[in-house]
Amino acid sequence: MNKTQQILFDEPGPRAQRRIRIATVLGAILLVGALVAAVYQFASHGELAAARWEPFTTWPIWRYLLNGLWATLRAAAATAVLSAALGLLLALGRLSTHRPLRWLAGAYVEIFRTVPTLLLIYVTLFALPQYGLNFPLFWKLVVPLVVSNSAAFAEIFRSGILALDRGQTEAGLAIGLRRGQVMALVVLPQALLQLAPSLVSQLVGLLKDTSLGFVVSYTELLYSGQVLASYTHLLIQTFLVVALIYLVVNASLSKFARVLQARNGRFGGRRGRRTAELPPPLLEGNTPR
Amino acid sequence: MEALTAHLSQLGHGLVTTVELTVVTTVGAMLLGIVVATLRIAPVPLLRAIGTAYVEVFQNLPLLALLVLFVFALPTIGITFPLFTSAAIVIAVYEGAYLAEAIRAGINTVGVGQAEAARAIGLTFGQSLRHVILPQGLRAVIQPIGNICIALLMNTSLAAAVGVVELTQAANNVNLVEAQPIAVFTGAGLAYMLLALIIGQVTGLLERRLAIVR
Repeated sequence: MNKTQQILFDEPGPRAQRRIRIATVLGAILLVGALVAAVYQFASHGELAAARWEPFTTWPIWRYLLNGLWATLRAAAATAVLSAALGLLLALGRLSTHRPLRWLAGAYVEIFRTVPTLLLIYVTLFALPQYGLNFPLFWKLVVPLVVSNSAAFAEIFRSGILALDRGQTEAGLAIGLRRGQVMALVVLPQALLQLAPSLVSQLVGLLKDTSLGFVVSYTELLYSGQVLASYTHLLIQTFLVVALIYLVVNASLSKFARVLQARNGRFGGRRGRRTAELPPPLLEGNTPR
Repeated sequence: MEALTAHLSQLGHGLVTTVELTVVTTVGAMLLGIVVATLRIAPVPLLRAIGTAYVEVFQNLPLLALLVLFVFALPTIGITFPLFTSAAIVIAVYEGAYLAEAIRAGINTVGVGQAEAARAIGLTFGQSLRHVILPQGLRAVIQPIGNICIALLMNTSLAAAVGVVELTQAANNVNLVEAQPIAVFTGAGLAYMLLALIIGQVTGLLERRLAIVR
């Protein structure tokens, strides 16, 4: 039992247990019903025929899809590195003591946090070439993703830096470090450790964004699926398999973020600084630490 | 500038579609989010598992992949909706997972004593949720919900990739005719920023009115 459940209901008595059993049965019936309906829908349109799924047991199809996944990961990696670096600079800019710098970084973040990535992609696809800026396909996807993701990263970094105890900065200044040194030696290392889970979560979002390669015809996973489907005419099967691949990759990343989160909590607890965030003593036995 | 004024009605239609899509999906996603958050905290393990699976699946799939699956692939098993409806359903289902998590975070902020008091006066799980927990939990997470709504607004643009002519697509269409990318795309970008600003202002207002100071 976790914290929420402890809040909302007691250890169930006989009557509650009976009701839980009834709800379980009803839920199971609904679930099975939905599954049966789905299978029926597939079967009645002939989409369950073995011949329509068999190709997905063959290597050439998988090689093609895994190539797509590889392209997705490449685009995601390039986007992650560039937008994390740019995001860090923007966050430092927003926190800088120079007003123009603060203003510029702030404007960049506010603008690109509220402009859809697809609009930015259309700009790189259809507007920039008119001004002689014609990127290769890979960068037509990565550049707009970096522009919008760097704004998201900047906000993550900024919130992490701001969340760190002021005393850390003050102590750094007190022992004679310059502001830049305090940031590089004291504040950032600690903030990054705290932020690790959010940064990994942002990676999931970023990886999902690479599916916009579909629009620029960059053969990442989703576009590969599209090409494959138009070639094999196995529309729904292909897109279901593609969805499954995304799900496996991203769920692993999300899981990794949760592991980091749990670890961070323990680090913080040992330092004893974040005790305020720990659940009240009443519940201590129920928390995973 | 002429590029914008000459196609004002086209861009206006796009803007209206974007707003409609945003409003419809926000309402749908909010209802779904409340249902899924409730499932995730229910006393019944199976229901909790269903809620968790929902959130896991829809937070980890790209929205565009879902849109493509729904709009292009589902017709092969005889499931078709008008394009706008399809896009609205998919975006609502997708954002519902994020709202469910935000709402659950809100529920976590409600004091244990509140729930205990609700139980002590004899309220059932559903009653205490409806009258005590959710009203307080929702008010604690107005700001995060606002941020999700802004993300939702931006995500409605993906409907363009499956053929819905909303603001992004309208801007693209106008640009293809006029070849005035700077004016057209800047105009569209400003419109999105304005809409996001409105959502931000509304959530700010709601927060000031409703937030509970503890």
